[in-house]
Amino acid sequence: MSLNKLTIADARDALRKGDVTSVEITESCLAAIDGAGALNAYCAKTPEIALDQAKAADVRLKAGDAPAMCGIPLGIKDLFCTKGVASQAASNILKGFKPEYESTVTQNLWDAGAVMLGKLSMDEFAMGSSNETACYGPVVNPWKVDDRKLTPGGSSGGSAAAVAADLCLAATGTDTGGSIRQPAAFTGIVGIKPTYGRVSRWGVVAFASSLDQAGPMTKSVRDAAIMLEAMASVDAKDSTSADIPVPNFEAALTGDIRGKKIGIPREYRMDGMPAEIAKIWEDGSAMLREAGAEIVDISLPHTKYALPAYYVIAPAEASSNLARYDGVRYGHRAKLAAGDGIVEMYEKTRAEGFGPEVQRRIMIGTYVLSAGFYDAYYNRARKVRALIKRDFDIAFADGIDAILTPATPSSAFGLGEMKDADPVEMYLNDVFTVTVNLAGLPGVSVPAGLDSKGLPLGLQLIGRPWAEGDLLNHAYVLEKAVGFAAKPDKWW
Amino acid sequence: MSIDIDTARKVAHLARIAVAEEDLPKLAGQLSGILTFMEQLNEVDVEGIEPMTSVTPMRLKRREDVVTDGGYQDKILKNAPDAREGFFAVPKVVE
Repeated sequence: MSLNKLTIADARDALRKGDVTSVEITESCLAAIDGAGALNAYCAKTPEIALDQAKAADVRLKAGDAPAMCGIPLGIKDLFCTKGVASQAASNILKGFKPEYESTVTQNLWDAGAVMLGKLSMDEFAMGSSNETACYGPVVNPWKVDDRKLTPGGSSGGSAAAVAADLCLAATGTDTGGSIRQPAAFTGIVGIKPTYGRVSRWGVVAFASSLDQAGPMTKSVRDAAIMLEAMASVDAKDSTSADIPVPNFEAALTGDIRGKKIGIPREYRMDGMPAEIAKIWEDGSAMLREAGAEIVDISLPHTKYALPAYYVIAPAEASSNLARYDGVRYGHRAKLAAGDGIVEMYEKTRAEGFGPEVQRRIMIGTYVLSAGFYDAYYNRARKVRALIKRDFDIAFADGIDAILTPATPSSAFGLGEMKDADPVEMYLNDVFTVTVNLAGLPGVSVPAGLDSKGLPLGLQLIGRPWAEGDLLNHAYVLEKAVGFAAKPDKWW
Repeated sequence: MSIDIDTARKVAHLARIAVAEEDLPKLAGQLSGILTFMEQLNEVDVEGIEPMTSVTPMRLKRREDVVTDGGYQDKILKNAPDAREGFFAVPKVVE
């Protein structure tokens, strides 16, 4: 097997035994990246940094000082600030931006000995579900069943495509409304969004600060457990980072869920749900029952209102966060005409720098926060958010350990197919994932099989706050029962 | 709620995004569509519910009000499109 196809867990064990070096795995990944231009997953390659880090990791491994991530080559979503390396959130407004600092998450990974292969494309400012809003052009899903090029999903589409195509051992992603879990489902990989506050947001370009969380995108549930532990930390630089110690998530993977109660929320059975989605959902719940869990029908009555609440709250926070892109401190500044003042500079810079979807969301956010509409939209959405969280609180108080739902309403669709669609139609991709961000809960997407076209579908498990270990254990049981082993045929 | 062209123009200005006059009708239509989608929230009974401020029940951390960081002007200015003599440079602000 080529070394780029390794999981983190297998690579870790082989590295520690001395069967392989980090330099060898890293070179294998770099060669795979160079041969995968057609996927457009990497927006910046950092082979020199990668090889330097790999050599340093090999020294640590030899010395016996090797944390689990030591020597593991990773792709990093373009949303993470990486010192001296282009970090532009797939936006033209951050063209040329090279941070003078490192995000906490990536610093944690480098401290653990991980290796950076490069930066991964995404939807601009993480706003999108198809990777088509990236300023670098869309990422292409390595899964292909006919002439069409398919979306890898979004916003962490570059991360998903890179992991599925073995252009890294794993990648970082971020998730504001489903941006880790939806692309993971579209590409047949595992992705977890941890509890809000588990992973530091410091140095991650902000979209909607009350919803954003970073997490790992990996080839297996075990890898997700290993990498999440390395990413997570209590961070004084993020005031919303929780003062809760990071446990050993891998140790929670016992494979035993006997006596656990799995909730099946009836409100997720949407009208017009494709039969294939309904079937993998039923199959998944049967597998968990088979493993000894109790399956319980539950109600989360405010589910229907999660998407509209999200599309008030997220743009409102985005309009405030993105106000910093003004052409003064970093990134792009428009060429000005004679007599243009500072307002013209702002307006022209932002019109040139932001793509259409980002502009729309900033304007929606501006509108719902403006005088006269703040109560009608923004405050009402925050009240509905409180009700959505209460639905989950009640389910967990009733003894539910995890909730099983589909991850997405469909498998991957063709690039360009949603070009003429209403923006709201694209938002429907987040229908099963967005509730989890609004309630601050951990959620994981696990590959659950292939549809009749041969494309991956995912199931989502939602856990109690701060119980990522228990959640991953459920995911681990599901993963073993499904036995998903399909990989995309290499066409690129 | 539907957004007319004047409102779209006003919102674009508040957001400091230049939108060409001929693009305003399409923008107004899209914004109206999104707002119509949001109107569903009016069906929810939110009587007596406090708007959520923090998703996890935590008190924001506090620390001593002292300087803990800084002293690297060159790094701050490094990515500026126009920096001169240790400052960010912008077009004239005050007449």
